[in-house]
Amino acid sequence: MRGFVFAIVGLIALAASQAAGFEVEEERDFPSLADESAVLSILSTTDSTVFTPLILAYQQANPTVRVTYTVASTTEVYSALHEEKAAFDLAVSSAMDLQMKLANDGDALSHQSAMTSALPAWARWRDQLFGFSQEPVVLLVSQKALAGLNLPETRADLIALMRENPDRFRGRIGTYDPTRSGAGYLFATQDARQSDTFWRLSEVMGNLDTKLYTGTSDMIAGLLVGDIDMAYNALGSYAAASLAPGGDVQIIELQDFTHVLLRTALIPAQARDPDLGGGFLDFLLSNAGQTLLEQTAGLPRINEAALAAGSHLRPIRIDPGLLVFVDPLNRQRFLREWTAAVIQP
Amino acid sequence: MSLDGHGVDWAASLAEAEDHLAAATYDLILLDIMLPDGDGRDFLAAHRRAKRDTPVIVMTARSAVSDRVALLDTGADDYVTKPFDFNELEARVRAVLRRRGGAAQTLQTYADLTFDPLTATLTVAGEARELRNRELRLFEILLAGPDRIFSKTQLVDRLFSAAESVTDNAIEVYVGRLRRKLEGSRARIETVRGVGYRLTQS
Amino acid sequence: MVIQLLLVAAILSALLYLSVRSVAFSAVETTQDRILGAATLAIAEELRGGAEGVSVDIPYAAFSMLGAIGEDRVFYRILIAGETVTGYDDLPLPENPPEGLDPTFYSVAYQGEKVRVSAAYRSVLVARKPTEVLVLVAQTRSVQAEIVARLANQAAALGLGFFAVAALLSIATGRSVLQPVQRLAEAVGRRGPNDLRPVARPVPEELGPLVAALNGFMMRLSGALSRTETFIAEAAHHIRTPLTSLRMQAEIALRQTEDEEVRKTLRAMIRSVDDSARSAGQLLDHAAVIYRTDQRSEETIDLWPLVEGLVDSFRPLAEMRDVELHTIAPPEGMTLVADRVLLESAIRNLVDNAIKYSFADGLVEVGLHREGQMAHIWVHDRGRGLSGVRASELMVRFQRGSNVEDVIGSGLGLTIVREVAAAAGGNFKLGEREGGGTCADLYLPLSD
Repeated sequence: MRGFVFAIVGLIALAASQAAGFEVEEERDFPSLADESAVLSILSTTDSTVFTPLILAYQQANPTVRVTYTVASTTEVYSALHEEKAAFDLAVSSAMDLQMKLANDGDALSHQSAMTSALPAWARWRDQLFGFSQEPVVLLVSQKALAGLNLPETRADLIALMRENPDRFRGRIGTYDPTRSGAGYLFATQDARQSDTFWRLSEVMGNLDTKLYTGTSDMIAGLLVGDIDMAYNALGSYAAASLAPGGDVQIIELQDFTHVLLRTALIPAQARDPDLGGGFLDFLLSNAGQTLLEQTAGLPRINEAALAAGSHLRPIRIDPGLLVFVDPLNRQRFLREWTAAVIQP
Repeated sequence: MSLDGHGVDWAASLAEAEDHLAAATYDLILLDIMLPDGDGRDFLAAHRRAKRDTPVIVMTARSAVSDRVALLDTGADDYVTKPFDFNELEARVRAVLRRRGGAAQTLQTYADLTFDPLTATLTVAGEARELRNRELRLFEILLAGPDRIFSKTQLVDRLFSAAESVTDNAIEVYVGRLRRKLEGSRARIETVRGVGYRLTQS
Repeated sequence: MVIQLLLVAAILSALLYLSVRSVAFSAVETTQDRILGAATLAIAEELRGGAEGVSVDIPYAAFSMLGAIGEDRVFYRILIAGETVTGYDDLPLPENPPEGLDPTFYSVAYQGEKVRVSAAYRSVLVARKPTEVLVLVAQTRSVQAEIVARLANQAAALGLGFFAVAALLSIATGRSVLQPVQRLAEAVGRRGPNDLRPVARPVPEELGPLVAALNGFMMRLSGALSRTETFIAEAAHHIRTPLTSLRMQAEIALRQTEDEEVRKTLRAMIRSVDDSARSAGQLLDHAAVIYRTDQRSEETIDLWPLVEGLVDSFRPLAEMRDVELHTIAPPEGMTLVADRVLLESAIRNLVDNAIKYSFADGLVEVGLHREGQMAHIWVHDRGRGLSGVRASELMVRFQRGSNVEDVIGSGLGLTIVREVAAAAGGNFKLGEREGGGTCADLYLPLSD
């Protein structure tokens, strides 16, 4: 009976969200362990498999809370919150720039706790935007495919490698499509901001019929089946989770610079139960939550020391600079240039 | 003063006084504090330092008790405040001389009585009779001039303060008292009608 | 004085806080404005005019630098030829558009917060035609408020610390300054009533002028006092000397005439002279007594010998008036602490009065005995008495009884006695004697 009711509820929720107008990729319902007293609705860009252990652990501590977990793309998450004012209690996304825009535009609520105060300054903004996981943006390389060649250590190496071996790599390189992927757009714009090598790299990739993907998991899959030999700008966590150490695919952190992405969470202004959202956020940031995140989800915890360990690591700063590439004119121009470089119609 | 029968030497300055004192001995010194050539107090101090013990009565215009104490400390025997009544001065002189006593005082005799000025006692036929105050003074005046007639006014001048108003028979009262004290001796006070009184003996 | 110093320190601390706050505010605002202006200019400088229109390129650094000071929200708006091409299209425009190349600043409310806006203006050529471009960059100032508050609190802590130190210093200074003054005051206060020597104790430099002034004052005072004493003496002398010669002449004349009329006139003259002399004497006495009651020099006095000595000095006078003077000694000795001169003045006045107002053959009795903690000195006579006049009236200055017109006196005598009794902390009573005469009773506190 319960299951039936929940199924109905789940369908209605789904219908509601469909009616809301933003595209939902996945929706999961975690019923409360005891008599339901509250509902926590989470909107996220991360697959539910990643978050399930956390939600279950959270429910152990909060048995009367029912959790709904909705997955959508980064851009959909943004428009759901900014345009439709969808009433979620917590929004989790890997698109730092879009999250920043939401916070800047007043679409996020302030939340302060011992957990948030413990976060390092570069991992939070205005007590409204909080980083809960950090991971490098890496280059994935099939060693088999590169047999005989030196593994690239810098982008310059990579460019040279591709230039010098066009036949070997034609159609064998994969990267994000920034026109369709928010994360991809973020990585590309950060790259462009960081160094000139990006445009040269883009041009070279354009010459080599680079395959474009919308997600790291697809890129990894492509590598494993042998569709591509190199994947540029992949999410380190997925790679580490999916690739067996000592296997063929090598995870390379390019030494000229390797961006560190922060996955961020915020409590939307229109949250129905912001305290509940805050509670889950605190759990996420707690030692238990971070450990669980690392161990079961493979999402590395916020760790200042880890950043200091490598001088090549550049954390993407949560600051108003992120707004620049969100600007439509800028976005337009960037994508125009990128398309001209990579797609070369 | 000389009217009363005292011998008086008068010095107008301290220097003169020194001369007199060098030349003769005196029974009493009357000293005015304010002298043309110096403060009488210095003279008094010097006088005492020189171990001269002639009695000194000081005449001063100052009447403050502190001055009196100071003068007595410096060596004066007594003092009178100016302006003073002659009779008061006379009384003080007598008191000082009496106090100082000594060889200077001798018994006086008249007729068959003896008079001891020191104790103011009349001895009549072996009986001692004390004379007091004004009656003593009256007797001394009469005794100073035996058989001499003193007019009432003269007696009044000497018995009473110049400022006092005196009743008509005041002298009679004292004469009466004195007569009683003289009873039993040949000395008697004779009333000379219209003239005065005199001490005489029969 | 310490309170005043503390008050000043408190005010200064408050002023410090306020001024730091205000300085901090303008400093932070200036800094933030500079950065905001720089961001605006960074965008303005990137504007390019082309054949198709103005190209806008917002440099990453332009916004990134705005995060330098703190976590403030950022808004922007770019208008080309009056039309908003990108940014927040409801960001308020400046009232006065900027002139020249430098950005202007203004504060407005936007999205529920106070924001500071920087506006820069450029003219860009598009197809040879100048096109106006307005670049607005805005930032909330919550961080500024935070910084100002933090600085102001630090200033407040500093101010409080300063105040505490200043307070301690004030108290210490106050004490160290006041201490020598207090010691000086104590030393001077301990002095006897006649001690007008200059202050010789060492004092800190700052008190030098005070001590010099004090010594100067004491010198003037002692000068004035000695001049007063000299004056009293001189006055006495100057009044009495001419009176003396006058009296002497009169007395000589009296003895030289038997004419009753002449004698009566001369007597009247002599009485006048005596009256004047006595008045002058008593006035001067009174003045001297007043002076001494303020400036008593007290000593331990063996009472009976003093009384007896005084009575003895009156014996010639009593003799002259045919009045008996009788003394009654106390069974035991008595001492008291008093001013000798004042005491003698009082007793002399009483004895003098008693003799003066007695009849011939009268008896004046002077005695002393102890009553509890008081010495009781009494002078009783069988004279004219007070004839119904109240004693209190007689003790008023210059008041004389109605029955004493022919007796010389100025009426100050009893006043003097009363003042002396009061000064000694004792009592004086005057009354009719049963059977005729007067009783004068003087009570003085004993020292043993």
